Amino acid sequence: MKKTDSPAACIDRKDIDALFAALKAEGYALVGPTVQNGVIVYDDISTAGDLPIGWRDEQEAGTYRLKKRGDAALFGYNVGPQAWKKFLFPPREKLWTADKTRHAIAFHPETPDAPGYAFIGVRACDIHAIRVQDKVFMSKNHANPRYKARREKAFILAVNCGQAAKTCFCMSMNTGPKAEDGFDLALTEIIGDSHYFVVETGTEQGKALLDKIPHRAANEDDLKSAAACTDNAKNEMGRKLDTTGLKDILSRNYENPRWEIVAERCLTCANCTMVCPTCFCSTVEDTTDLAGNHAERWQTWDSCFTMDFTHLHGGGSVRHSEKARYRQWMTHKLSTWFDQFDTSGCVGCGRCIAWCPVGIDITEEAAALRTSDGEKND
Amino acid sequence: MTEPALNDPMLPMPFVVVENIKNNPDCTLLAVRPVDSSHLCLYKPGQFFMLYAFGYGEVPISINSDPSLKHSLTFTIRDVGGVTAALCALEPGDPLGVRGPFGNGWPMEDLAGRDVIVMAGGLGCVPLRPVVYHLLQNRKDYGRVSLLYGSRKPEAFLFNKELQIWKRHIDVRLIVDDPAPNWDGPFGHTTDLVKNLEIDKDNTSVMICGPEIMINLSADKMLELGIPPQHVHISMERNMKCAIGQCGRCQFGPDFICKDGPVFAYDKVVERLLDIKEV
Amino acid sequence: MTKPKLAVWKFASCDGCQLSLLDCEDELLSLAGEIDIANFREASRAVVEGPYDLSLVEGSITTPHDRERIVEVRAQSKYLVTIGACATAGGIQALRNFKDVKDFISIVYAHPEYIDTLETSTPIAAHVHVDYELHGCPINKKQLLEVINSFLHKRKPDIPSYSVCIECKRRGTPCVTVSHGIACLGPVTHAGCGAICPAYNRGCYGCYGPKETPNTESLARWLRGNEMISEEDMLRLFRTFNADAPAFKKESERHE
Ligand SMILES: Cc1cc2nc3c(=O)[nH]c(=O)nc-3n(C[C@H](O)[C@H](O)[C@H](O)COP(=O)(O)OP(=O)(O)OC[C@H]3O[C@@H](n4cnc5c(N)ncnc54)[C@H](O)[C@@H]3O)c2cc1C
Ligand code: SF4
Ligand code: SF4
Ligand code: FES
Repeated sequence: MKKTDSPAACIDRKDIDALFAALKAEGYALVGPTVQNGVIVYDDISTAGDLPIGWRDEQEAGTYRLKKRGDAALFGYNVGPQAWKKFLFPPREKLWTADKTRHAIAFHPETPDAPGYAFIGVRACDIHAIRVQDKVFMSKNHANPRYKARREKAFILAVNCGQAAKTCFCMSMNTGPKAEDGFDLALTEIIGDSHYFVVETGTEQGKALLDKIPHRAANEDDLKSAAACTDNAKNEMGRKLDTTGLKDILSRNYENPRWEIVAERCLTCANCTMVCPTCFCSTVEDTTDLAGNHAERWQTWDSCFTMDFTHLHGGGSVRHSEKARYRQWMTHKLSTWFDQFDTSGCVGCGRCIAWCPVGIDITEEAAALRTSDGEKND
Repeated sequence: MTEPALNDPMLPMPFVVVENIKNNPDCTLLAVRPVDSSHLCLYKPGQFFMLYAFGYGEVPISINSDPSLKHSLTFTIRDVGGVTAALCALEPGDPLGVRGPFGNGWPMEDLAGRDVIVMAGGLGCVPLRPVVYHLLQNRKDYGRVSLLYGSRKPEAFLFNKELQIWKRHIDVRLIVDDPAPNWDGPFGHTTDLVKNLEIDKDNTSVMICGPEIMINLSADKMLELGIPPQHVHISMERNMKCAIGQCGRCQFGPDFICKDGPVFAYDKVVERLLDIKEV
Repeated sequence: MTKPKLAVWKFASCDGCQLSLLDCEDELLSLAGEIDIANFREASRAVVEGPYDLSLVEGSITTPHDRERIVEVRAQSKYLVTIGACATAGGIQALRNFKDVKDFISIVYAHPEYIDTLETSTPIAAHVHVDYELHGCPINKKQLLEVINSFLHKRKPDIPSYSVCIECKRRGTPCVTVSHGIACLGPVTHAGCGAICPAYNRGCYGCYGPKETPNTESLARWLRGNEMISEEDMLRLFRTFNADAPAFKKESERHE
């Protein structure tokens, strides 16, 4: 997506519904944040009324609670347990079907089902996460046609964070809190004497959409208020991850005793990988009907924390210890991802910290490895 | 709308079995050809394909044929579980699905003019057979060629007939793990075959495939003999579901074995990772 | 080709798992085309003589008579699959393994002297060789069909032994422990049910028994440390349908 140089604009709170309506009129399926059973999830939404109005999310290692903010902010929370990958790379998807006769198999590809999604309220860290997954699924040689079709159609309505959770560390990862590019439109929510949004346009589509709804040009004060929002998020940033030399620290500490300490706590439950917006591992299920003439292949989310992941006939699992599985995950995120995709595998969203049922914290583990750099069991 | 789906790298191509030959009790040689006869089977020695047995699933299997044959593929498959058993049970005329080729293959282009040592342990001989064919067909482009091949038992050697023919053109040395009544050759490990092998360490390339422990020992031996790591090549195995770097399963440190491998130079990174447990 | 013969056997259990098979209405019809249901009392009185190609065994061993009967069943079965928590881990009735069974008998029965029972309720695998164990209380019918299907086509059943959490996340359920402080056994429990309880805002009860490499100690430490559950309730949490499965048994004993 190329950035446009259109000047910033402002939309009034009451015109958010006009924005949503314009997106719908363009044929987009709106998905975005909404409260379900005390948690902000991403699901179908229709109007601003479906958004988590007035809620914030209080997060710490292993806990997440919604609390009232005391205002009527539409986007006054950070990130929940779900990521946009649930739409672009669904947890379970049919790849193809096949029918067999005595001497032939006919393979039937699944045509990419590609609704044009409009993602409402995408945070800066998550824009980066989507780009990380783009590198995996849209490689030149082997693109995943279903991912690609959905990705290319998606409209991204970003929201710049005006607050940060205790688990957030996007500043350390250079991924936020303000979205610099990679969006069609980006909103910054201002709540003061009046409730409105400063809007930046990222693409021609974004600009065309903005032109369809009531808006006015942004002035100096509006831009100052928007900058103050971003500053507030920076000040609230709950965690830090020192990335200096981190890639190398991880790659030389495979035998550090710290892995054993974290392995005593780790449940190998895979929650961290499921909630991570960049984790892309999958498996396939091959099934047949009972008669055995119709077969299907399904792709499902998988995790490096399972034993089956590295199963080798005869030898069992390559990474059978808990230690080796946690080490693979974290080393991949913060080190080998650079070798593979020329980017960090972690964008600092903090989901893995909040949603680990025993509160294991990637920033704490990285810091511990840094202080014990070079220690080795004999 | 079928256009993009047809480019789906996860979609197998229909093939049929031409021949099924039992090599030894648990290994089967399977020759297959594409249903679309205009499709050419192009690949490099050391690459692999994903073979799909209807309803059972898909597994990575190394290409085993003479690379000059373009209208069929042959594989040697050991029956170790669900999918491999189903593949070994296929009969001529039976359909299957094939995706590939995948992986980098052996660096044949870097070998010209050099002496070549091929080291195989057990089923590791499978991906090396096309190498031997290539070397034989272009014999004058290479210096001395040795095949060092170890097997658990005498009856488990693959390609027995061919071994006899190859012996006439290259140095073939065989070894079995333990003494056996029907064996009058040496016993021990593949590395023992290196004894009294004349090695020009500045002009020799090595290719190794077999169980991980055999690879590790053999490669270390070659470094010990002074062959530089960039000329020692190994082929690795891991669980694989996609073969295109997207399922994440085959990771080995910084590399995806399916696309960055399965062949690697035995450099510092690989040597170190192989020495660490459970990478 | 003759169709493989299927037999279904019942030991100490509630019949819930067999009902899963009956519940496969549509599938049962096509199943009947592939397999000869030779012995299934729950479904039909007609019995075809053994030996059987595939035996499904429900229930645990609780009486001397059953202990002999299972040996006969094994002798008549080429491939024996145990289904459900009773058959794979002794079931809820294995709670007796933690107490003196005579106490229960005198409380429950008017004439305790008529009751001929063993001190323990044990899984089938403690008595005879079992080819495959299908977990769950009750088992999941899709998984049961997968076991039968894979048997028919001679492949390994695709039944993952990872955590319930993976099923939860795939269906989009946010973690109830993290978001509501509810004690949940999901992270140490074998997947298979499809993560039903958390979808209804309840913690997982561990019906499918321990997952692969279960770290019950760390989970229990966290739940207690954050006061999500009392020590007595922790004991009860691990002591239900899979009380005698080694990992759960060991953990419950830590909270005695
Ligand atoms: C690059 C490469 C080349 C290979 N070449 C050959 C060859 O030429 N001949 C040969 O006989 N074997 C070869 N193998 C090994 C072969 O792929 C495994 O034996 C096979 O996958 C086992 O599957 P199975 O279902 O028969 O066995 P099971 O043991 O029943 O496997 C159960 C499950 O384990 C998984 N699994 C186990 N091992 C592997 C593996 N290596 N890769 C992927 N999944 C695995 C599968 O997912 C399968 O569903 C090769 C492997 C690799 C990675
Ligand atoms: S780090 Fe936490 S979420 Fe991840 S596998 Fe371990 S216990 Fe589960
Ligand atoms: S590793 Fe953790 S903090 Fe980093 S992107 Fe993934 S979930 Fe977010
Ligand atoms: S086999 Fe899927 S990433 Fe290599």
